[in-house]
Amino acid sequence: MPYRPWSAAAALLLAAPWCSAQDGTAGRNLAATCANCHGTGGVSRGELPSLAGRATAELVAAMADFRSGARSATIMHQIAKGYSDEQVRQIAAWFAAQPRP
Amino acid sequence: MDAHLLSRRRVLAAGAAVAGLALAGCATPGGPSIGRVVVVGGGFGGATAARYLRLWANVDVTLVERNPDFVSCPLSNLVLGGFRQIDSLTRGYDGLVAAGVKVVRGEVSAIDATARQVRLADGSTLPYDRVIVSPGIDFLTDQIGGLASPAAQERFLHGWKAGAQTVALRRRIEAMPDGGLFALAIPKAPFRCPPGPYERACVVAAYLKQAKPKSKLLVLDANPEVQSKKALFEKAFKELYGGLLEYRPNSELKEVDAASGVARFEFEDIQADVLNVVPPQRAADIARSTGLINVANRWVGVNWLSLESTAVPGVHVLGDAVFPGPAMPKSGHMANQHAKVAAAAVIQLLKGEPVNPAPVVMNTCYSFVSASDVIHVASVHQYNVEQKTFVPVQGAGGVSAAASALEGRYALSWAENIWADMLALQRA
Repeated sequence: MPYRPWSAAAALLLAAPWCSAQDGTAGRNLAATCANCHGTGGVSRGELPSLAGRATAELVAAMADFRSGARSATIMHQIAKGYSDEQVRQIAAWFAAQPRP
Repeated sequence: MDAHLLSRRRVLAAGAAVAGLALAGCATPGGPSIGRVVVVGGGFGGATAARYLRLWANVDVTLVERNPDFVSCPLSNLVLGGFRQIDSLTRGYDGLVAAGVKVVRGEVSAIDATARQVRLADGSTLPYDRVIVSPGIDFLTDQIGGLASPAAQERFLHGWKAGAQTVALRRRIEAMPDGGLFALAIPKAPFRCPPGPYERACVVAAYLKQAKPKSKLLVLDANPEVQSKKALFEKAFKELYGGLLEYRPNSELKEVDAASGVARFEFEDIQADVLNVVPPQRAADIARSTGLINVANRWVGVNWLSLESTAVPGVHVLGDAVFPGPAMPKSGHMANQHAKVAAAAVIQLLKGEPVNPAPVVMNTCYSFVSASDVIHVASVHQYNVEQKTFVPVQGAGGVSAAASALEGRYALSWAENIWADMLALQRA
């Protein structure tokens, strides 16, 4: 893909809801609670998975499966139960809007 | 987007916002600075606050830290066991500098909340609109007879602040004869890192089992029981270190004698080859001298929506120094989470906006029970309007089903991610 700095910069600005002051801060703040394990902005190092750039529906479904036990986990089944449905949706939408690593 | 492909002229033409994007991979907004924030302490809380203030807004941030580098307490017990070197837990502040934080190496002598300035030991001053204090803990050495003397503190190391103490304690463990006794004195809760002492017991026992199998390890706990991940640690004590490790609850250290090395506990006197004394703790000295300590003469009360001190306006306090919400541990992970709530709130306060009314924090603590196998405890804490504090979500959180090497690898990934998160480390 040819490198196009202006479109890349524009895409990042569009993809960064926290640029627009208040609007994106709820999702941004909630998603920041995930960064300790999943990396800043959802870009992880090591074995724990990155979340940045994954589809909202995929992330929401993963959290639902962790909660129900449909998807086995060491720890996420316990953490997923700590967030409301609306919070999960906000977190997922925020990560979905980040550039994929 | 590759920053290296942007020519300097293009970066300049694109303006500060895009330059911030290109360099930091995140959208530090441009425009004029919204205010000056001084952060005191570059540990898990302070470094995270400095980083996120820059990540989320154009704030003029100065971080004051006395040490040249950050040394992580999490994973430092592995150094005591000889399973890791201290260098592998040490990271610099260069990432924060690249993110636009002014990093000042120095000692804060006073915070003048009236004049709104931080004074350093070298006589210089740093004016602020808001100050974030993340000072960690200092020790109540006067609560144990004889421990206030420098000779006693030299003989009975704590190893509860990672760095020189960790390395010195490791040397003593290494020098211990096979057949010797390592004793660990644990203070009454609350203390920094609730699972930490029990992890330490396991990891040192793992080393002794392998290198000095005739030795004994005695855990003398002032508390009536193991304070975190109880069943999992008890299982490790018994199944991995039975015959080597002995755990004694309700054993409070009362007095030490630096000359003889004898330690007087509530029910017995102990003379160990290495006695590791973790003393009782309180919010660190700068919190006390600033008048921030207002709970039990030990901790700092905060407004949980902003982490602003309930004693001194304009001063936000994070991490281990804070009087915690219910079931909220004093952990590096939690300090990082405090910092993000505080950073968001400080930005809104500087802009004259209302702060987020519904913040969330969560905690994950991984503990090694051997050189490779790990257990966790996790919790999620939602802000409760009626109780005006963070309350753990019932039914969420919990501990590992069993120790595993898989969680050992996750623990290392956690460490790399949280260090990068707080210190804005660039990818190698």
